[in-house]
Amino acid sequence: MIEKTEYQKYVNKTVPRTQELKTLLTAFISGGIICMIGEGILDLYTYTLPMLGQEEIATLTTITLIFIGGFLTAVGLYDKLGRHCGAGTIIPITGFANSIVSPAIEFNREGVFQGVMSKMFDIAGPVIVSGVTMSAIIGIIFYLIEVFA
Amino acid sequence: MDIFLRYLQVFVVGGLVCFIGQILINKTKMTSARILVLFLTLGVVLEAVGAFRYIKEFGSSGITVPIVGFGANLAKGAIDGAKYGIIPAVVGGMQKAAGGLTAAIVFGFIFSVVSKSKTKRM
Repeated sequence: MIEKTEYQKYVNKTVPRTQELKTLLTAFISGGIICMIGEGILDLYTYTLPMLGQEEIATLTTITLIFIGGFLTAVGLYDKLGRHCGAGTIIPITGFANSIVSPAIEFNREGVFQGVMSKMFDIAGPVIVSGVTMSAIIGIIFYLIEVFA
Repeated sequence: MDIFLRYLQVFVVGGLVCFIGQILINKTKMTSARILVLFLTLGVVLEAVGAFRYIKEFGSSGITVPIVGFGANLAKGAIDGAKYGIIPAVVGGMQKAAGGLTAAIVFGFIFSVVSKSKTKRM
């Protein structure tokens, strides 16, 4: 018979590893599927809206995915998915929408101003600030290259 | 068959990006904000060195749907703007990413206001 503490040690040794493999697999599959859905939306718009340019189609696809991500968060499905899928639901742009809607809903009892409008950017704030700052720096660097080279 | 192969490429590339992200989460216990910023930065760097175009040719939505694509978009706007002057260079990123940002803020706001917070219902 195995001692209780020994058994616990054995459990601790084996459980996290299988758990970890599982999270890697679900992240891969869910991330891949979300990207395929994005490709499907892109194709749908390309065939049904031939008057739009490639860039507009890409923007429209992003907007649609953000809408879907926000909607699924609002009805409570996205966070449920996220518990199983991890990075697979965080890294796609739908996860960015989720990161905006999820804290905003959580705090909307504190009112529209202090709750929703400010808490929206709890997670998305760092993303937007770093993204815009980096793009401005890149712009200046490429401008200087353009001028001096 | 062509279309099947393309969707497979999208699946594999998109899956791999999230797979790498999950490894980082498992190993470093990073929060989702840090993960998002890291992959956004990756996109900015890939676009700045010119590698993003080739990944996009192969993986299409597999690389543009992850936040990496958003970062690449920001950088591309800035790089394109740099040809026309300093102001277009600085604001170009925001211009290019305006659609996604506007959608995220407006839809995010509407969805958050109309849905009730879970703790309130108790």
